[in-house]
Amino acid sequence: MPSPEINIHRIAQLSRLALTEEEAARYEKQLNQILGHIDQLSSYPLDAEPSAHAMPVFDVVRADVARPGFTQEEALSNAPRRAMDQFQIPKVLE
Amino acid sequence: MSLASSTITSLRQRLVSKEISPRDIVQDVASAIQAQNDMLGAYLTWNVEKALAEADKADLSQPLGGIPIGIKDNINVTGEPCTCGSKMLAENYTAPYDAGSILKLRASGAIPFGRMNMDEFAMGSSTENSAFQVTRNPCDLERIPGGSSGGSAAAVAGNLAVATLGSDTGGSIRQPAALCGCVGLKPTYGRISRYGLVAFASSLDQIGPITKTVEDAALLLNALCGKDLRDSTSLDVTVPDFTQAIGKDIKGLRIGLPKEYFISGIHAGVSARVKEAIEKLEALGAIPVEISLPHTDVGVSTYYIIAPAEASANLARFDGVRYGHRSTAANDLLQHYQLSREEGFGPEVKRRILLGTYVLSSGYYDAYYLKAQRARTLIRQDFEKAFESVDVILSPTSPTPAHKLGALKDNPLAAYLEDVFTIPVNLAGLPGISVPCGTVEEDGIQLPVGLQIVGKPLDEYTVLRVADAFERA
Repeated sequence: MPSPEINIHRIAQLSRLALTEEEAARYEKQLNQILGHIDQLSSYPLDAEPSAHAMPVFDVVRADVARPGFTQEEALSNAPRRAMDQFQIPKVLE
Repeated sequence: MSLASSTITSLRQRLVSKEISPRDIVQDVASAIQAQNDMLGAYLTWNVEKALAEADKADLSQPLGGIPIGIKDNINVTGEPCTCGSKMLAENYTAPYDAGSILKLRASGAIPFGRMNMDEFAMGSSTENSAFQVTRNPCDLERIPGGSSGGSAAAVAGNLAVATLGSDTGGSIRQPAALCGCVGLKPTYGRISRYGLVAFASSLDQIGPITKTVEDAALLLNALCGKDLRDSTSLDVTVPDFTQAIGKDIKGLRIGLPKEYFISGIHAGVSARVKEAIEKLEALGAIPVEISLPHTDVGVSTYYIIAPAEASANLARFDGVRYGHRSTAANDLLQHYQLSREEGFGPEVKRRILLGTYVLSSGYYDAYYLKAQRARTLIRQDFEKAFESVDVILSPTSPTPAHKLGALKDNPLAAYLEDVFTIPVNLAGLPGISVPCGTVEEDGIQLPVGLQIVGKPLDEYTVLRVADAFERA
């Protein structure tokens, strides 16, 4: 895994961040620096199963019973914009 | 001594004997905030009227009855702001529910009071990444308090709070506690509900107390632990009475000293204080044992793949639709997402979202994320093996005392590397505490040093027992 040059514009697109050109240049440099350090893992013998959690728990289930949740008003209470008791977003279809 | 500078233990005695009332404590903490927060910057907001109303109803028969607790600004408390130190949540967010940890505090009689400053979304080790204000170290106002729970630690050490809650993903409770000179405990992963803690890296995040003494940490831990059905990773295990660990001797306990931790790169003064701490524990009857944690050198790399990867997924929820900042400049939905996030997030958060997105992106997943998960297994196995021959493991909490404000501002990698002793504990999900172990002099000012004591999974009891014996000696 040789340290690949990252395509900052593609990553910003995937991240849904509208970076300025100044930011893109700065983050590209910093990310390459950080990845340069992280790349030590590439040549490291890693003979182990991957673990996603330190304290694995499996098949967590709870009783299938109704419990109180947010009311519609509570769920909408922090919406930056709402209309007709719904979240409002920019138009998706023309 | 002011009430704000007292321990929970002593305040509880005075409350029960009716010498003081919960209202007196809230008022004293409020005056301390009023007088000193402009200088220290530990609190973002605080609502005195609400806390006084709760103080008047406090159930003094409960173990934390009438004690105000400062809350890191990433834990939801009904009706209060929860900014996470970010512009993203600065406007118009009011928490519509109590976090699991807050419900537990309330059930024990405590009063959530005040919102503590933090690095934005808990990303950072200096609290300089807060979008709102600088928090200063009470020992030297020109220095950082550590982070990300810097407000929580500065308030306790500066006597603007009796005790506080923080959250710890890679050291964010223990490191600021060490740098400010107070006690910070990160429990075993799963001990305390994460429901209502705004997620940073879900497999690493854990809430814990920052206090003036080890005994206070035990008292708070008693209140906070337990299974929560709303957090599927919270553990359904017996919770011992952690206060029983207080005042016990440590004769015959085996103290592991990882040979990989006591090498170059540690500040000479920090190294000297930790060596003295080991001698002190030995004098108390503990047996030092050299151990090896061979995968220490890949801890930081592993963490800075896993934590940003999880963060990039967790922070995808900030889309300007259901809550948080919404750009007014967007013409379509994609722009709405891109501009809302660009305007709402600060530099460190963007950096980690970009890094996390990159390591999870097509073609790089196996090279980075999967490798990091394998390394994580090896790091956990290191600890498992070490704990076959020792009861706790000792190290400095941070390799250096508090830096000057701005010292690592333009060098994120250098800042990341300072998390070397705290990060492996999160990756392995273990309990760890930082207790003050003396000071080092820098520019004529005494700066606190923290001793980290790490225990076996779910063995906070022994961690507290050793920390308390050390603190009392």
